[in-house]
Amino acid sequence: MTDLIRYTAAETASAIAKGDVSAVEVAQAHLDRIDAVDKRVNAFLHVDTEGALSAARAVDAKRAKGEELGPLAGVPLALKDVFTTKGVPTTAGSKILEGWVPPYDATLTGRLKDAGIVILGKTNMDEFAMGSSTENSAYGPTGNPWDLSRIPGGSGGGSAAALAAFEAPLAIGTDTGGSIRQPGAVTGTVGVKPTYGSVSRYGLIAFSSSLDQGGPCARTVLDTALLHEAIAGYDPLDSTSINAPVPAVVEAAKLRDVRGMRIGVVKEFAGEGYQAGVMQRFNESVELLRELGAEVVEVSCPSFTLAMPAYYLIAPSEASSNLARFDAMRYGLRVGDDGTRSAEDVTALTREAGFGPEVKRRIILGTYALSSGYYDAYYGSAQKVRTLISRDFDAAFAGVDVLVSPTTPTTAFPIGERADDPLAMYLADLCTIPSNLAGNAAMSLPCGLAPEDNLPVGLQIIAPAMADDRLYRVGGAVEAALNDKWGHTLLEEAPAL
Amino acid sequence: MPGITREEVAHLARLSRLELQAEELDHFAEQLDVIIGAVARVSEVAGQDVPPTSHPLPLTNVMRADEVRPSLTPEEALAGAPAAEEQRFRVPQILGED
Repeated sequence: MTDLIRYTAAETASAIAKGDVSAVEVAQAHLDRIDAVDKRVNAFLHVDTEGALSAARAVDAKRAKGEELGPLAGVPLALKDVFTTKGVPTTAGSKILEGWVPPYDATLTGRLKDAGIVILGKTNMDEFAMGSSTENSAYGPTGNPWDLSRIPGGSGGGSAAALAAFEAPLAIGTDTGGSIRQPGAVTGTVGVKPTYGSVSRYGLIAFSSSLDQGGPCARTVLDTALLHEAIAGYDPLDSTSINAPVPAVVEAAKLRDVRGMRIGVVKEFAGEGYQAGVMQRFNESVELLRELGAEVVEVSCPSFTLAMPAYYLIAPSEASSNLARFDAMRYGLRVGDDGTRSAEDVTALTREAGFGPEVKRRIILGTYALSSGYYDAYYGSAQKVRTLISRDFDAAFAGVDVLVSPTTPTTAFPIGERADDPLAMYLADLCTIPSNLAGNAAMSLPCGLAPEDNLPVGLQIIAPAMADDRLYRVGGAVEAALNDKWGHTLLEEAPAL
Repeated sequence: MPGITREEVAHLARLSRLELQAEELDHFAEQLDVIIGAVARVSEVAGQDVPPTSHPLPLTNVMRADEVRPSLTPEEALAGAPAAEEQRFRVPQILGED
């Protein structure tokens, strides 16, 4: 039964549909795996054993009645703890929400349930999705299954680690500045930031509303596409939801053909700060794309060098506003309510006790950037940089179908190495941030191990808004060619836990 | 471009309703000064002719029909509250005594 945890999501769904295995057996195999390894990995903050088995039983009952099952029915999933789940604790990695049980489901949670996907539990994350390493979780760091002393990326480190540790074949993340793609890159898994507005944010605990985007994570490009189709689509409950058909991502993932495509290599994503082994694997991937029949050209996006500074003004500004809701009055923690203090004092004491250092740092930075006298110089200028970045993307996509770059400048760094150096930490998001500022789609998929440390390297593919299918077309082709070359998937090389 | 002082961090913390400890003020002042130094260059490149983009999508206000529909029960809405009384959120004193 242990083999079940190594099935892809597509294989699992097919085995369940054929009756080779029951959804309950699949769920139990993953719950057993979590039981065996998660004390060391710390990917899960909450395991919903009863909920998972009950959802699996419902899938088995449907099948027994001869009802048609969806393409992912009965497949287990790890859900980032930033999405609300009715009756199941949701903390966003923060002490301020410890023990909170939401009275409603996020739209994304509801869509997973409707698809018959079995939610195993909620995964660890940087507090309110602020971070690049999952070290900012109030519930302790997650380990990278390739080397438990290293970070699994952030903020969605729990989701990525759950995939790489074979605790779940599917996971959900959110990507504000790279929090799906960067964990994907450093754990050897696939992560996609869909076009902004194409997956509902209703019930997603907001960090930076104009940047946050939920998206699929899995171990293969096809599995990621299947999950993408299950969660994407218009939602009237989200005023930023795009009312347009979801691109045919599953069809694109199966195509595995890049002949005739024009691919741009972003010139600005190279040079100082990029690990030699990361650049080596990236350059080999570019060569591979050429061999597969794509035309590769160099593209310059000069404003991308300003993306990180702009991001670290815009995201904290929006966060300082979004986190004002944690006022100790309606939900979450309350500290200092001894009958002698005012509501204002109780709010300040609660926020001091409930928020971690990175969250406080960003609230102060955001309040500063939005304050009178500095607004134009900081927040206003950052919004202009956002325009320049969008123009760079528009110019690039006028000549190429997709852009490619390394996903991260380095492989997974040791836990604690950058913990007290915010600027060094922020560098992890260097290549991923421009897509969040412009709202377009991007994917990270494994492209090999860096020779110097034998840790996974991610290839980033960037597509225009609402052309998410191009990511899967290119990603599917690269994945198939690399797996052929290696004779197996990259995760087969991960050490046993 | 000015840097950020400890006093300014204390002021911002008050505006943000954060009761920061003394050592946090020192630590954040130092770190935020470095971060602001690193991000300040955004103001050097964007001229008057560049319009700002605040959001990747054109936003329109969405209104729903004014009709009664099911929502959370009072019990559900109050379930996560730190304190509740008579089907209402119980909050500490809001108005001053004088």
